[in-house]
Amino acid sequence: MELVDLGIKAAQAGLAKGEFCARDIVESVIRRYREKNGEIGAYLTFDEEHALRLADANPKSVPIAIKDLINVAGQPCTCASKILKGYVSPYDATVIRNLKANGFIPCGRCNMDEFAMGSSTENSALGVTRNPYDLTRVPGGSSGGSAAAVGGNLCIAALGSDTGGSIRQPASFCNCVGVKPSYGRVSRYGVTAFASSLDQVGPMTKSVDDAAILLKALAGRDEMDGTTPPEPVPDYPAALAGATLKGVRLGLPKEYLEVSGVDPEVKRITEEAIARCAAAGAELVEVSLPHTEYAMAVYYIIAPAEASANLARFDGVRYGHRSEMSRDVMSLYLKSRAEGFGPEVKRRIIMGTYVLSSGYYDAYYGRAQKVRTLIKRDFDRVFAKVDALITPCAPTPAFKFAELQDPLTMYLNDLFTIPSSLAGVCAASVPSGFTRDTNLPVGVQFVCGGYEETRLLQVCKAYEGTLQ
Amino acid sequence: MAAPKIDVAYVANLARLELTPEEQALFQPQLEGIVKYVEKISAVDVAGVEPMMHGRPLSNVFREDEVRPSLDREAALENAPARVGDEFLLPKIVEGAES
Repeated sequence: MELVDLGIKAAQAGLAKGEFCARDIVESVIRRYREKNGEIGAYLTFDEEHALRLADANPKSVPIAIKDLINVAGQPCTCASKILKGYVSPYDATVIRNLKANGFIPCGRCNMDEFAMGSSTENSALGVTRNPYDLTRVPGGSSGGSAAAVGGNLCIAALGSDTGGSIRQPASFCNCVGVKPSYGRVSRYGVTAFASSLDQVGPMTKSVDDAAILLKALAGRDEMDGTTPPEPVPDYPAALAGATLKGVRLGLPKEYLEVSGVDPEVKRITEEAIARCAAAGAELVEVSLPHTEYAMAVYYIIAPAEASANLARFDGVRYGHRSEMSRDVMSLYLKSRAEGFGPEVKRRIIMGTYVLSSGYYDAYYGRAQKVRTLIKRDFDRVFAKVDALITPCAPTPAFKFAELQDPLTMYLNDLFTIPSSLAGVCAASVPSGFTRDTNLPVGVQFVCGGYEETRLLQVCKAYEGTLQ
Repeated sequence: MAAPKIDVAYVANLARLELTPEEQALFQPQLEGIVKYVEKISAVDVAGVEPMMHGRPLSNVFREDEVRPSLDREAALENAPARVGDEFLLPKIVEGAES
C-alpha cells in the first residue's frame, strides 16, 4: 500500500502523528500518476513542481485533485475545451482558498466533459479518460477525471462539480462517494459557470467520512457568491459518530423504482440496498414525486438557457482562443467560437439561445421555471414525511466508449440525479456493489432536503456500514 | 404547441456560432428531437404557479458599496489574445474608420 491509496482521514491521522509529511504524499501521487495516468487519463495536466512546492510550504496538508473548471492561481483551467487551451488562472477560486485554509492543497487537474456538458467525459476536447474498473468503458461524467482519479487510486480525494448529476453519476461508475451539496452550500466563485441556478462543487472521495471532512472545508458563506447563505456549517465529521439507520424514515419514490429502462443489475443492487437499510432499522415509506417525469425536459431547457448566457463570455476578446481568420469583430466572434467549442457545447448553446429567443421564452424557459416549482414542491411534500430518499443513481453501470451516440439517449443518464438538482436539495452516490457478469461498480443515491447535509451524510455513513 | 420549428442556422447566428454545412446537417435533426422532447412540459398545468429562478430563493443580498482591491490590471491582461499597452486589442468596430 502506497500513501496515494489512503483516504483523507487516514492521511490526516498519519500527518498528525508525524509518520509522513505532505511531500511524501504528493511524491506518492506523482509516482502513481506517472505509472497509471497514461492508461487511465484521469488528469489532463499535473504540475508536479507546483504540487511539491505547496506541499513543502504546508507540510501537514493533504493533496486534492481538482476538476479542470476550478481556478487555481497560476495553473491551467481549460474546462477540457480548446477555447481555453493555454489559459492560466489569475486567482484562486473560493473553494481553493477554503481548501488551503483547512489543511488541503490542490494537486493535478482532472479531465471532464467540455464545460461540464456530458455524462461520459467523451466530450473532453483535450483527452480520453478510461474507467479504472474496465478500461474499455467510460468513467461517467462530467466529473469523469475526478471519479477515475479517486476510483483508480490516482489521488487521495478530488473535487467535482454537479449541475444535473456530474458528481453522482461518475461516482457511481467509478466506485466512489460523491456528494452534491444543496444549492448555495458551497461557493461558485472562481468555478467556470455552466448553469448558474444549478451548479455546485462537491467532494468525490473513497469513504463517507472523507466526504464529510472535505465538505466541511468547502462549505460556507462567501461574499463573492451572493447565493451562499450565512447559515453556519455544521461539524459534519463529528456528526457521523454513531450514525445509524435505526428509526430513519427512508422514502422509496415509485417514480424512480418502477421506471422502465433501468439495467436489471442496477435494479437488483438497489433492491438489495433497500433491504439492507430495512435490516439495519430504517423504516421504509413508499412515496411519490409526481412531476419527476418532467424533470429531464425542464433541465434541458433551463441548463442550456443558462449555459448559452454564461458561455457568451467566450468571445475571443479578453481571454481564450481568438481565430486567426477574423477580419472584423463579428467574424472574430463567429469564428473564435466555432473553432473553440466542441459539438455538444455548440448544441447546448443553440438550444439555450432558441428557448430564450423572442416568441419562445414563455413557452419554454418561463414554463420550465414554473414546472421546476412543482418539482420542488414534490420534494418539500415528501420531506415532510421522510428523512431521506433512496434511489438508483444512474440507470446503468458504466457503458462502453461510443456506445451512446444520440445526445438525447446520453441525457437519460441523469434521469435520477436531475430532479434533486432542480429542487436544490442535497444528494449523494454511495458505492453499493458490483454487477454479476461484468463486475462493474454501481452506486445508490440518497437524497435529503435542502441544507440537510448532516442527515444525508449520517444516512450514507450508516448505509456504508451495512456493506462491510 | 406546434411542431418544433427550430431553424438551427438562424439561431446559431444569434449565438454567434459559425456552423459548417456538416454541423448544420447534424444538429438540425438532433435539436428538433430535443425540442420535441422538452415540449412535453406543455402538458403540465402551471396556472397560478410562480416560476422558480434559483436553487434556493434569496433576495436583496447587499454589501457595503466600498472601494476594494480587485484583480490587478496586468493579471487581467495576461490571458489576452492580443493587447496594446493596457488595453485589449480588437479589429476595428466603427465602419469607415481608418484601420
